[in-house]
Amino acid sequence: MSTAPTRPADALRQGDRPAEARPGAAARTVGGVAGWVDDRTGAAKPVGYLMKKVFPDHWSFMLGEIAMYSMIVCLLTGAFLTFWFVPSAGHTIYDGSYVPLRGVSMSEAYASTLNISFDIKGGLIIRQIHHWSALMFIVALVVHMFRVFFTGAFRKPREINWAIGSVLALLAIIEGFAGYSLPDDLLSGTGIRAMQGFVQTAPVIGTYLVYAIFGGPFPGEMIIPRLYSAHILLIPALLVGLFTAHIGLVFLQKHTQYPGPGRTEKNVVGFPVMPVYAAKAGGFFFIVFGILALISAVVQINPIWAYGPYDPSAVTAGAQPDWYMGFADGALRLLPGWLEFEIFGYTVSMNIFPGALLLLPLVYVVLGVYPFLERWVTGDNREHHLLQRPRNSPVRTGIGMAAITAYSVLLFASGNDIMAIKLGMSINDLTWFFRIGFFVLPPLAFWVTKRICLSLQRRDRDTVLHGRETGTIVRTPDGRFFERHDTELTPDQWILVQHEPVAPLELEPAVDENGVARPAARKDRLRARLSRFYFADAVNPVTPEELAAAHYHGEEHEAIEPSETSASGGAAPIESAEAGRH
Amino acid sequence: MNALAARRRHPAAIAILIILGLFLTGAVYAALAPKPADATTRALPAQSVEEGKALFRANCSTCHGLNAEGRATGTGDQIAGPPLAGVGAAAVDFQVGTGRMPLPRPDVQAPANNEIKFTQDEIDSMGAYIASLAPGPGVPSEEAVDPTKGDAARGGELYRVNCAMCHNFAGAGGALTRGKYAPPIEGVSGRHIYEAMVTGPQSMPVFNDANLTPESKRDIIAFLYTIDEAESPGGMPLGSLGPVSEGLFAWVFGLGLLVASAVWIGAKSA
Ligand code: HEC
Ligand code: HEC
Ligand code: HEM
Repeated sequence: MSTAPTRPADALRQGDRPAEARPGAAARTVGGVAGWVDDRTGAAKPVGYLMKKVFPDHWSFMLGEIAMYSMIVCLLTGAFLTFWFVPSAGHTIYDGSYVPLRGVSMSEAYASTLNISFDIKGGLIIRQIHHWSALMFIVALVVHMFRVFFTGAFRKPREINWAIGSVLALLAIIEGFAGYSLPDDLLSGTGIRAMQGFVQTAPVIGTYLVYAIFGGPFPGEMIIPRLYSAHILLIPALLVGLFTAHIGLVFLQKHTQYPGPGRTEKNVVGFPVMPVYAAKAGGFFFIVFGILALISAVVQINPIWAYGPYDPSAVTAGAQPDWYMGFADGALRLLPGWLEFEIFGYTVSMNIFPGALLLLPLVYVVLGVYPFLERWVTGDNREHHLLQRPRNSPVRTGIGMAAITAYSVLLFASGNDIMAIKLGMSINDLTWFFRIGFFVLPPLAFWVTKRICLSLQRRDRDTVLHGRETGTIVRTPDGRFFERHDTELTPDQWILVQHEPVAPLELEPAVDENGVARPAARKDRLRARLSRFYFADAVNPVTPEELAAAHYHGEEHEAIEPSETSASGGAAPIESAEAGRH
Repeated sequence: MNALAARRRHPAAIAILIILGLFLTGAVYAALAPKPADATTRALPAQSVEEGKALFRANCSTCHGLNAEGRATGTGDQIAGPPLAGVGAAAVDFQVGTGRMPLPRPDVQAPANNEIKFTQDEIDSMGAYIASLAPGPGVPSEEAVDPTKGDAARGGELYRVNCAMCHNFAGAGGALTRGKYAPPIEGVSGRHIYEAMVTGPQSMPVFNDANLTPESKRDIIAFLYTIDEAESPGGMPLGSLGPVSEGLFAWVFGLGLLVASAVWIGAKSA
């Protein structure tokens, strides 16, 4: 049939105007299927626009991708788990193939997880991939956040995307907690029990909240089905929705790029999505999936059969939450017991409440509002598409390191018992070390980081002003020796001078020219003080005048090249702001 | 009947009731409580007491005193060794048989030691000597610690309720206060597990036969043997330490691998 000659009916229409005059011409070149789709949806134009988008290339831009792929792997494997998982606290006696638990009474949730692990083909590896990719999802997300923070990628116009990212981070750990609590093993039950205790410390309403969440007293029959709908429906829907918005904004606002020759606030230097970037990204998905599968194939995770079924009267040494909840657990381990007191016959559990209920939202709110705070302090309302080198923003970099230090102290504190046995130390000493460390180490980290940044900046200035030492000793005709310094700025040294000079905000006078006090003066004073905190000892890049002056005093025989080097992006195409805006 | 009803509110009535109740409970307990079954302990030959005494005086008396009455170090209320009357042959068999005694030097805790200083006969003699001072738990019989006769699933439940809080779900050990620790119980013989339960070494509580019947103890031994022998499903267990080691692995190896591959693919230009 396929080799049949042209039918006469076609010949009848020979004189007709061809139907190709549609805007889908771009897609036609891709292939018949795309054309077919375009004819029915008109998708060619927007898709073509997306395909032509240019993305800058850098490994640190792939951290977000790692998070995205791990999440997708979670979604895929999670769907598999739902086929067999039974979200029920209903009672059953295990008679599956894991001998050490035969005949033990347990919940159906736990029994079905054992089933997935031992009696469903491929169940154990899927469970392990699900859990490992959940851990890696949040690790990658956090490191992605570090990248965005330290390079200043959150500055205008990307504050909203930063805020979305913070919500995603919070949702991710809640999703993880919900998932971790589902199998109803000893550790997940202990986690739910702890959560119940935390909620109870909410002043006044705590007990009522617990009743609402658990549908009655602990543990009840309701909590597992409820966590289940949160874990497989509610939070994934929010995650996927917010994530789509997150990626959409990246497309809309274009990706930032590292400073470099030819890269400006108005262009994007990199590769177009089709074919290069798509091929790389698609390949990278399989690399990430492969690595996750590899880890899951060789390293055990969450051995729920070893923990045993949840039993309110049992606990185990080494009962910790997954790592992303560790900081809250650590805070609880550090809070001293004497913070609990009684007032008007009510117990106020300040030994638990700050770590359990306050810390988590606090961390994520502070995270979410940081860009707005910094913009207010610096008064910088311009758009930024070029990233900053961390050293060129010493105070922000210092703040970031201090925050990471505080978080890490709490995280490590949650492993204090494991450290105690593995390092042969006293758990009491470790707890005190962390308690003091929580207050001492972050300021120290801030100070050290800021000093390092400033000295790196000074070294950059030195390199620009005096050049690199070439090691070449030159002897002048009159017999003097000197070492030649290479002051010519190579294209890759352009990065040393590209950033903007900064200075603290000037304080406007507290009274206006008519001697009337300005109402905003107090706020301004705070702002000026914060601005000084950020910029007072700023080291600014070498200006062309400084450079000229330095060379004037230097050796005359050195030619000075203009520091403005022209674009040398090589084969990489440049997407100009105009081109990207249709 | 009337007279009794009238005195119902007498202040002494409550006290009498309580005493009656206690008495009844005591009587019922005495009648029903599991007796330390003789079949669970191994008999020790009497003639070895003298030999044990000599061994003890030569090796242990510096700390425990010539007649096992205990000794102080002289600094504060610190002891060189506690009195041993009443600890029983089981304690001696456990402490010496796991290499804990003779203690090489004072520390927060006497650690198990692979170098066992005495033959089993010598240990038995010292046990007989200590047991002759005052009655105490004896060394369990072969049958009492035979894992094949226990029910591992029931033992697992008992283990999780009674032991996991200190020794961890997989017997990997856990930290206690001030540098003390519950050691791992992987590869410990059934007899020593049993003796640890009946004698409660150092910070470990005593699980006498009323807390855990001999059958329950055997079930726990069966459970510990099962998890010792089972190869771990799903891959390397990372020390069976729970989420902490998993998190560490994710940050170090997981992130390391993923970032390395990102750098690799990022460096590959078109
Ligand atoms: C360096 C001092 C020292 C020496 C030597 C020593 N012990 Fe001990 N022993 C101790 C201390 C201290 C304790 C208490 C803390 C502990 O159990 O580790 C103890 C505890 C014990 C117990 C347990 C007591 C109980 O309450 O259960 C036994 C049994 C025992 N020792 C037997 C011996 C025997 C038998 C020897 C000789 C082979 C010996 N010890 C040698 C210091 C010593
Ligand atoms: C309060 C915490 C605690 C509990 C509960 C506990 N143990 Fe222990 N256990 C310890 C400590 C501490 C030691 C170390 C004693 C020593 O070194 O002399 C120990 C030692 C042991 C040993 C000896 C290990 C070796 O390396 O030789 C065994 C076996 C043991 N325990 C079994 C059990 C069993 C079985 C249970 C439950 C029935 C249990 N323990 C409950 C704290 C505990
Ligand atoms: C998006 C991020 C997600 C994270 C971070 C996450 C995390 C987790 C974690 C930590 C567990 C404990 C599992 C274990 O060790 O067994 C779990 C279990 C589970 N998850 Fe997820 N999950 C995610 C998405 C999903 C999705 C989208 C689904 C379903 C559509 C799903 C279905 C399940 C099921 C059914 C279980 C429990 C059963 C089991 O362990 O066998 N998950 N999840």
